[in-house]
Amino acid sequence: MTDASLSAETVSHVAKLARLELPQERIDTYRKQLAGVLQHVTNLRAVDVEGVEPMAYPFESSNRLAEDEIAPPMSLDSLLMNAPATEGRFLAVPKVLANEE
Amino acid sequence: MHSPDATSIRDAVRNRSASAETVVAAHLRRIDCLNPRLNAFHEVFREQALDRARSIDAAVERGADPGPLAGVPIAIKDNIATTLGHTTCSSRMLEHYRSPFDATVVERLVAAGAVILGKTNLDEFAMGSSTEHCAWGPVRNPWDPSRVPGGSSGGSAAAVASDLCAVALGSDTGGSIRQPASLCGCVGLKPTYGRVSRYGLVAFGSSLDQIGPFARSVRDAALVLDAIAGLDPRDSTSADRLRESFERGLDEAPAPLRIGVPREYLSDANDPEVNRVIEEALDVYREAGATIVSVDLPLTDVGISTYYVIAPAEASSNLARFDGIRYGHRAAPKAGDELVDLYARSRAEGFGPEVQRRIMLGTYVLSSGYYDAYYDRALRVRRLIKQEFDRAFERCDAILGPTSPVPAFRAGEHSDPLSMYLCDVYTVNTNIAGICGISLPGGFTQRDGRDLPIGIQLQAPAFAEHVLLRIARVFERVRADHFRVAPVGAA
Repeated sequence: MTDASLSAETVSHVAKLARLELPQERIDTYRKQLAGVLQHVTNLRAVDVEGVEPMAYPFESSNRLAEDEIAPPMSLDSLLMNAPATEGRFLAVPKVLANEE
Repeated sequence: MHSPDATSIRDAVRNRSASAETVVAAHLRRIDCLNPRLNAFHEVFREQALDRARSIDAAVERGADPGPLAGVPIAIKDNIATTLGHTTCSSRMLEHYRSPFDATVVERLVAAGAVILGKTNLDEFAMGSSTEHCAWGPVRNPWDPSRVPGGSSGGSAAAVASDLCAVALGSDTGGSIRQPASLCGCVGLKPTYGRVSRYGLVAFGSSLDQIGPFARSVRDAALVLDAIAGLDPRDSTSADRLRESFERGLDEAPAPLRIGVPREYLSDANDPEVNRVIEEALDVYREAGATIVSVDLPLTDVGISTYYVIAPAEASSNLARFDGIRYGHRAAPKAGDELVDLYARSRAEGFGPEVQRRIMLGTYVLSSGYYDAYYDRALRVRRLIKQEFDRAFERCDAILGPTSPVPAFRAGEHSDPLSMYLCDVYTVNTNIAGICGISLPGGFTQRDGRDLPIGIQLQAPAFAEHVLLRIARVFERVRADHFRVAPVGAA
C-alpha cells in the first residue's frame, strides 16, 4: 500500500515521529517537495524482486568481538565540554513535568 | 614552488630541498587571499599548522623519519572529527561543537607527517550535491564563482582545485567526493566500503559512507589512501585486508586491459559535452591498447530511487542523536514544555531544510504501512544492483562513464530537490554496491567564456583500488595537461 499523493496530515504525523516542530508553511512546502520525490521512487515497483533477499550492507560480515579489557574512559571534562548546560559533574536539563495519572 | 603536488612536497621536505614551514606558510597566504571569494574553509588552523610544520622540519633536521606525507598541507571536511577547532558538519546544530577525539583518518594523517590546515565547508550533514546547503554560506567553484563546486564535499574539492592545499579529505555517500571532483577538475576517490575507517566520520548513511581523498594527481590520491586505509578495531565495518601499497606499481598498467562502457551511461539526457568527453576518453584507452567492451547496467536509473529511500532512512536514524540534550543546539525552554517539545524545537532550529526533508523522507519510508513498499523493497533492489556490477566485472576490469550528467551548474539552478537528486545518477550505485570509484579531470567545455571541467568516472570491483588507480594513471599519462590548478582570480 503506497500513497504517492501526500496529505498534510501525513506530513504532520511524520514530523512528530521525527521530532521536528514545523510551522504550517514548512509543512506545505515539504508536502509538495516530498510528494515529488515519493512519486519518483515508485519506479522501484517495476523491478522484479521475486526471490531476492534484502541487502542492508554491501558485504556479508560477521560480528567482531573486542577483548574484554579495561581501558581508561574518556574524561568527564571532554564529554561535558559540549553540554548546553551543566551543574557540577552533571548535565543539566530543564525540569520536565510528568503527567501524574 | 609553483603548485607542487603532495608527492613533490613530501620528497622536497624529506630531502631538505624545501622546509615544511615554507610550504605551509605559502598555502596559508593563498588561503588568506582566495578563501574570502571561495568560502572553501570554515576554519583555518594557522598557528597550529605552522607549529606542526616546524616540528616536521625539526624531525628531518635530526635525522628522524618525518613520514610518507611529510609537510603535505591537507584540508579536512568538517564532518570528520578533529580535536583541533570545531566539527560543525556545516550545521547550526553543531556550530560550537568541539570533538573530544580525532577521527582515525586524522590520527593516521598526522602520524604520516601531514599538516592539517583547516576544516572545509560541506552541504549540511553531507546531504547535497552543490554545497549550497551550508550553514556558513555556499562554496564557489574556482573555475567560475557564479557556479557551484558540487557537493557535498564542495569545500574540499574547491580547496584542492585552487591549490589552497595539496590534498584534502572528503566523504562520499552517493557521490559526494566524485561529483565535486568532476565539477572542480580534480581527482576524487571513493574507496571500497570498509577500506577506510569511518570512526570519527559523523554518520549519514552507515552502509554507504566512505572517507576518501581529493588530489590533483593519481599518485597523490594513492599516497593519501596508503596513509588512511586499513582495519580499525574502532570501526566494526572496516575490512581486514592485507596491507598493500597503492602507490607502488602505479605505472604498471594492467595488461590486457578491458574497459567496460554501459550504454545506459551515454544517455541523451547528459549534456552533449559530457558525452563528447567520454568518447574522447575511450579513444585514449583504445590507443593505449585497451579493449572497449559494452556492458549492461539496466538498473542505473532506478539507483536514484534505491538511494533516496535507503540513505534518508539511515540518516533519520543517525540524526536522532541530535536532540539538544548532551551536545549541539538546545532550544530555549518554554513554559509547559514536555521533553519531546524540547527535542522538536531544538531540531527544527538546528537543522536546515534539506536535512529536515531527508529526515522526514527516511522516517516516512521506515514507518509502519510503508516499510515494505519502500525500504524493504529498496534493499532487495540493492542486492540486484550489486549483482549487476558483479556480472559486468566478469567482462571488464573497470567501467568508464560520466561522473555527472552535467558540468558545474549555476548557484540556485536546482531549487527543486528532486532535480538535484537526479544529478547523482552515475554515482549512487557505486555506494549501493559498495565498490570503488574515482573521478578524473576528463576534459573541459567552455561556458560564458570560461573553461569548465568535466569529469570521467572509473568504477572497479570491491577492494580493487590498486587496479583502479593504475587504470586511472593510464589516462593521466596521456592527458597530464588536464590535471591543473583552476585559474582563480584570472579575469
